[in-house]
Amino acid sequence: MRIAKSFGPVKALADVTFAAQSGQVHALLGENGAGKTTLMRILYGLTRPDAGTILIDGSEANITSPRVARNLGIGMVTQHFALVGPMTVAENLLLTEPGNGVISLQKARAHVRDLSSEFGLEVDPDAIVEDLPVGGRQRVEILKALSHGCKTLVLDEPTAVLTPKDIDSLFSLVQGLCKDSGLAVVFISHKMHEVLQISDEVSVLRHGTIVSTQRNFELDVHQLTQLMVGADDPNLEVLVGAKSPQTPAIAQLSAPKATVLSVRDLVISRDGVDRVDNFSLEVRAGEIVAVAGVTGNGQSELVEALLGLHEPTLGEIEVNTINVVGSGIRGRRTAGMSGVSEDRHQQVVGELSVAENLALTDPSRFASGPLLSRSAMTASAEDKIAQFNIKSSPGQSAGTLSGGNMQKVLLARMFDAKPSVAVVAQPTRGLDVSSTAQVRAELRNRAKDGTGIVVISEDLDEVLQISDRIVVIYRGRIVGELASDTATTAELGRLMAGVA
Amino acid sequence: MRLALRESQPTWRTFLLAGIALLITYLVTAGLIRWAGANPFSAFELMLTSPLKTSFGIGEVILSATPIIFTGLAVALAFRAGYWNIGAEGQFLIGAAMATFVGLHSNNLPGGVAIPLMLIAAAVGGALWGVVPAILRVRFGIDEVVTTLLLNPVAALVVAGLLNGPWRNPETQFPESARLPKQTDMPTLIPDTRIHLGFGIAILLLLIVWFVIARTPVGLKLRAVGSNLKAARASGVNVSRILMGAALSSAAIAGLAGGVEVSAVSHQLTNGISPGFGYTGVIVATLAALTIPGVLLVALLFGDLTVGSFTASRILQIPSTVGEVVQAVLMVSVISVLVFRKYSIILRVKAPQ
Repeated sequence: MRIAKSFGPVKALADVTFAAQSGQVHALLGENGAGKTTLMRILYGLTRPDAGTILIDGSEANITSPRVARNLGIGMVTQHFALVGPMTVAENLLLTEPGNGVISLQKARAHVRDLSSEFGLEVDPDAIVEDLPVGGRQRVEILKALSHGCKTLVLDEPTAVLTPKDIDSLFSLVQGLCKDSGLAVVFISHKMHEVLQISDEVSVLRHGTIVSTQRNFELDVHQLTQLMVGADDPNLEVLVGAKSPQTPAIAQLSAPKATVLSVRDLVISRDGVDRVDNFSLEVRAGEIVAVAGVTGNGQSELVEALLGLHEPTLGEIEVNTINVVGSGIRGRRTAGMSGVSEDRHQQVVGELSVAENLALTDPSRFASGPLLSRSAMTASAEDKIAQFNIKSSPGQSAGTLSGGNMQKVLLARMFDAKPSVAVVAQPTRGLDVSSTAQVRAELRNRAKDGTGIVVISEDLDEVLQISDRIVVIYRGRIVGELASDTATTAELGRLMAGVA
Repeated sequence: MRLALRESQPTWRTFLLAGIALLITYLVTAGLIRWAGANPFSAFELMLTSPLKTSFGIGEVILSATPIIFTGLAVALAFRAGYWNIGAEGQFLIGAAMATFVGLHSNNLPGGVAIPLMLIAAAVGGALWGVVPAILRVRFGIDEVVTTLLLNPVAALVVAGLLNGPWRNPETQFPESARLPKQTDMPTLIPDTRIHLGFGIAILLLLIVWFVIARTPVGLKLRAVGSNLKAARASGVNVSRILMGAALSSAAIAGLAGGVEVSAVSHQLTNGISPGFGYTGVIVATLAALTIPGVLLVALLFGDLTVGSFTASRILQIPSTVGEVVQAVLMVSVISVLVFRKYSIILRVKAPQ
């Protein structure tokens, strides 16, 4: 397969080539936003590639819809199951091919039994889907994919929702499907241990390109981490080298600055699992502290707790010595902390204009008498647009902005409140090269002006380039702290992979 | 084929789309009108223009538009905040009952005191009828569409209970209240017409709501909450306060409409005091695409169609329900067409190679 796909100016996928062979598990490993989902959508006919071809058994396939994909023998199991809860397993399978005329539940049940014995996949045809545990529902999805004469099975982050026990049984199932039934399995994941455990061949996807395809036995966790987060980037040493002279100035040369953020013993539990466990962090004025880690190690929960979107289960968050736990988003803002979380669309009101979005945190600033002064709002927006190099006009609907411009609007709004602590999650995810550079420069400048900044990022380049200190988070805990001017990528990679 | 958000929404496009919707309505209903035995063009002409040819006709249009300006405004205000108040009908009825209560006990209070008291009671009554669904939504996330809607028949039963019980007309024994004292009659706004002061109140309120939504800090927050609640919350807007404020103001306006109707038109409480003004308000607000000036225009258009279809049915001998069909078709076509105010159609993303 050779595929390119671009959305707007950002290339989501560029010249991706990989091959899945029958009887083997081919893993696609990559961070969020690396292009895994886009690639998967293309394979299943949900998105069309801009260029490139997909070959199936040597002949070119034109996959225009999921139906075409199924007829070509491609089956897909996504993280979000497409099952009707109150119906039985047999009925759910029937739904995919109801046929014409009278339906026969009897035949549907027999079909399920045939399939489950053929593939060694234990499923009760009469079980009600919503009564099944998550692992069971996933088996139904796999069965559904297999029921169409599937030859290539694509599993998108299949372990994200599973317990460790379910993961083991999934893996033995997948291996059985490959070895005994001769299926080609494409296993999409960002979890290195699992990839190494299950796959025969691993392709690492980074920023829309395959940076490496290797046999499993040639790889280890450490190498994979570096490939995945970009430590292999030849520019990295240059970038780190260029930064060094200016970085220590803040942290070391001047007298110690006041602590602006102090997080103590933070615990965040969701559904009985501690996503963040005993997390403590101090941030001084004028420094950038990066929280680095591979996706899914508690970062999203940490950001939500810091910003007040979801209060933490236990622990304290002090901003300028005021404990802000329980005070919500606005309480934190008053205390001097604001931030930008990962999902831009949950922070920008698409139907309002750029100027209105910029004013939204505190619109009374622009009031003259009881009314809002539009000219004051527009003028202030024009300032921000110039200062942050946002490509838009004040009156443009914010929903039509590109990701990079939307991100700059959010940063402009965050810094507008003159926070003493700024928390930014994935500041450059999905941004093009020039926006990325601008955003990083802006963060450095603000730190120089005395703002304490926490950057949560999965991008090793970014972490090394902009931060003064790096803490590494693994399974919700801090597993190491490094000064970025002396940190080596090898060390970071090892910590991020959980190899102590 | 898919829809894409437009970068801006110029006013001219709204008018163009409204024109297209009217054309579609004509094309769809013309056959029906011909079937009923009339020339569709003259029927439309009569329905739309005949009431506007005499000052009496204009007065009648404004009179029948007044209650639905109030309810349309109430609904539009709540909907703009993303609070789906379908309970304007019940809030209207409770407002009417509260005004009647004050009117019945006003003794010899002069009108200048009694009428404002009735209107305040009506607004408070409406707001009280709206407060429970609002708290359930804001505190517990319970769907207000269901709770506000289900309180409507409850309000109708409250009115029926009052009229069959304590407020039964002592002279006629009909289930309707006694006529309220003469001095509680709302004065007319323009002499020699039936246009009453309530119309002036409606216009004043409409202007205030328009300015608040379009031009004040609270209005900006309200629009933000209405179009992306999560983003508004992440931006630091106190979402609960905005939702609560919008819900209660909306209910108060609907209640006020009931008070105005009692004081200005019916002068007594009856079971039929609202022929569905609250529900029509939902339609008016939706047709107006939740814009406040749009509410005025649509309410007047509905008033015009109501008065005009009577004239048309009298002159052309067609059922007056044809007017209702026209209103219904108009609603469907306007709602469909107005999608293109904010979105444009993209037919094909990109041809595959």
